[in-house]
Amino acid sequence: MAIPAKLRAPGWYRAALFDVLGFAFAFGLTTLIRWLMHQHPVIDGAAITIVALIAVPLFFLVGIGTMDYWFYWAAGRPTRPEDHSQHGAYTWRDYFRPNTDHKVIGIQYVVHSFFFLLVGGLLAMLIRAQLAKPGMQFLTPEQFNGVFSVHATVLIFLFVIPVFAGLANFVLPLMIGAPDMAFPRLNALSFWMLPVAGVLMLMSFLAPGGSFAAGWTAYAPLSTSMPIGQLFFTIAVQFAGASSIATALNFLVTIITMRAPGMSFFRMPLLVWANFATSLLVVIATPFIAASQFFVLLDTALHFHFFDAFVGAGRDGNVIMYQHVFWFYSHPAVYIMILPGFGIISEVIAVKARKPIFGYRMMAFSLLAIVVLGFTVWAHHMFVSGMASWIRIPMMITTAIIAIPTGIKVFSWLATLWRGVLHIDTPMLFALGFLTTFTLGGISGIMLAMIPFDIHVSQTYFIVAHIHYVLYGGSLFTIFAGVYYWFPKMTGRMYDERLGKWHFWMTFIFFNLTFGPMHIIGIQGMPRRVAEYAAKFAAWNLFISLSSFVLGASTLIFIYNIVVSWRWGPRAAANPWRGMTLEWQVSSPPPIFNFDAVPTVVGGPYEYGVPGAVHGILKPPAEAKPVPAGVAAGSSGQGSHT
Amino acid sequence: MVLIGAIGTAIGIPIVLSIPWFPADASTQAHNIHTLYDVLLIATVPIFVGVETVILYSVWKFRMKPGEELKDGPPIHGNTRLEVAWTALPAILIVGMCGYAYTVLHSNEKNLPGAMVVNVTERQFAFEFSYPVSGGKQIVSPDLYLAKGQPVVFHLRSLDVIHSFFVPEFSEKIDAVPGITTTLRVTPTRIGNYPAECTELCGAGHSLMRAGVHVLTPTAFKTWLSAQKPNGPPPIGNPPKNAVQPGVPGDSTPAPSVPPHHI
Repeated sequence: MAIPAKLRAPGWYRAALFDVLGFAFAFGLTTLIRWLMHQHPVIDGAAITIVALIAVPLFFLVGIGTMDYWFYWAAGRPTRPEDHSQHGAYTWRDYFRPNTDHKVIGIQYVVHSFFFLLVGGLLAMLIRAQLAKPGMQFLTPEQFNGVFSVHATVLIFLFVIPVFAGLANFVLPLMIGAPDMAFPRLNALSFWMLPVAGVLMLMSFLAPGGSFAAGWTAYAPLSTSMPIGQLFFTIAVQFAGASSIATALNFLVTIITMRAPGMSFFRMPLLVWANFATSLLVVIATPFIAASQFFVLLDTALHFHFFDAFVGAGRDGNVIMYQHVFWFYSHPAVYIMILPGFGIISEVIAVKARKPIFGYRMMAFSLLAIVVLGFTVWAHHMFVSGMASWIRIPMMITTAIIAIPTGIKVFSWLATLWRGVLHIDTPMLFALGFLTTFTLGGISGIMLAMIPFDIHVSQTYFIVAHIHYVLYGGSLFTIFAGVYYWFPKMTGRMYDERLGKWHFWMTFIFFNLTFGPMHIIGIQGMPRRVAEYAAKFAAWNLFISLSSFVLGASTLIFIYNIVVSWRWGPRAAANPWRGMTLEWQVSSPPPIFNFDAVPTVVGGPYEYGVPGAVHGILKPPAEAKPVPAGVAAGSSGQGSHT
Repeated sequence: MVLIGAIGTAIGIPIVLSIPWFPADASTQAHNIHTLYDVLLIATVPIFVGVETVILYSVWKFRMKPGEELKDGPPIHGNTRLEVAWTALPAILIVGMCGYAYTVLHSNEKNLPGAMVVNVTERQFAFEFSYPVSGGKQIVSPDLYLAKGQPVVFHLRSLDVIHSFFVPEFSEKIDAVPGITTTLRVTPTRIGNYPAECTELCGAGHSLMRAGVHVLTPTAFKTWLSAQKPNGPPPIGNPPKNAVQPGVPGDSTPAPSVPPHHI
């Protein structure tokens, strides 16, 4: 039988066909096993759904064409010589196919992530609408629990983590003078696992019994006793996690092996350092959340009773173990969600203040210190969990200690501003706004480390305030700074500066009006994750809801600015900010293979103000002349080729 | 600029201390924690004011002026003494804060002689408080009644998922965890009526899982206790003989399960 070429070639037609095959596979396998095991009914909708949740995405990834090359290779068939047919984007359609160009993948990541920012943001608007008045509003409690669970999950796993991976995907190979990432096909696969995770999470709203509603933390045994929508979370997280791990490996190998000649570790821009540190966190920590969700999957689907510990029933599951495994990932995850932002802020502040980063080496070492310490603090999320009480003391101490490297970074940025020539445009405004909001989030973080105070505010709105100060005022502000900063490089167009400033001021003001008062109602005793609250919190909640709607609307300015500027904005110069790092030395957008010749790095990345200093020369080492200037900092590192 | 920072701090500290952060302190624990929070505020306001002062001063003083479009700042790469200082000073501050927090924790969780035991049983979506009385019997109540000045030890259990027990006025909280018994110590100091809340997401009824807490004079408490019938029926019913997988109320999704005899 002749199969039409469209169904044989990688692409959406074959992906659709494979989705059907994947579902048929799940149906067949489940029904066969149930028949062999004499189970009734033989055809069980829930069982088929669970297997399909795993099988269909995998079939989709094969169908869309992310694995063709590997299958050819594994089957011993001749692999197609790399013709770069999957490299670069010539029409908008190329962004909807597996692509091996890190710049295309970077844009795929960023745009995809911002789509999910809007989804998560709209869910936040629903939450605030429900909470504008005491008493039940238009959502049922089940729906409300589902909405805030999906809100958090989407924004963590499909916005903050991948958008950083996306920005780094675009910028990092350029910054280190590499033609691409180390594993371009793996890079493509990493991206395509994200839409899979996103579709699963949103599809959970259609599941019988509603979407997953046990919070993004999915504590067992609540999560193991939920309707089947919970498993959409359980399995979606596996895909998002696998995507993270693959990308992190890719970054690590790229950074270690593909730096341009002369680019010693201590000549790397801090964004590269930040992603190096983040990638270490990802590869070590992410398997733990995978494990925690496999526990839930096995408990729910096959009754393993890991977390089945009901009093009087003689069951010996261990409920607190879930939290230990979960937070062993999810605490490092907060650093996964902020370290790349630290990198962005370092780039923006150095360039916009026209000064070298103050204490460059300490900035790099403090990142590594955070990586190590980040693994020693997880149980501070569990001070009221009923775990062995002595664990709280060392966790308080390590949590407080981690403020020291973080403080070093903040103080170094401030010192970088000092006596600079400050160009206060949109990226810089977001960087300065970040310094304010993140300092507040850091201070509430130190307070939360103090066990007695934490006992009071755990599981209240104070926690909601804190996480939004570090994830919105922290991560999202750095993301906005980064997107505005590299927009000319990524699109070849300039954004509208006036709209950018409007966006910043609206975001900054209404961010603080939305999340600032949450500290107060939290300490006053309003629990988080409630669809309904005591009347005494009514005034503040109305205020918060109204502020949040304006905050939500401020995002529309950003979207408008980006869309219109991308299409009609004025052409961007290669180096509109006069940056020294390598990505600004090539055209905007960069050529398809980044550099015509392998560049040579001859000095530190931030030698602003040093007369005649150059970071890199776009010539191979043999032709690049040594540059005596700009050797003051960061250039004494090993591996100098000059 | 140091002067600006000092003035800012001097203004900032009274402002943050004047905010009515906490509900009334109704226990010795709450009193200690409120003091701890005041100390944390006093310790952290200078940090925030310092950061803001540097940012705002830099923006005002070092902002690019017309004609400086191509100018760069001085190539200052670092200053070891400054870097040592901003590593060491926070470290000292942190040691102080952790030490103080530890003493508060220690004092709040001290085992007090003569403490009254109250068992708290939680399930979706209700609290049950029981007071052991002589002869192995107990008094059971849907609301919590306590005597002013009488230290209490709560033993918490959960019959289904994880819950929590939080009385904001007591500043104390602990989860009720299936399979284990957790402990919480409180010494009420103020007569009044307060809410007890479940603060750990426990399902659809989580928002409304509350109970009343009534702190009475010791005499009034004795009167209340003696008016109760020992071994009365528990307000939320007896725990089922074989605890089943708890579901969300109205959950009719069939468990996608292998029946136990097949495992």
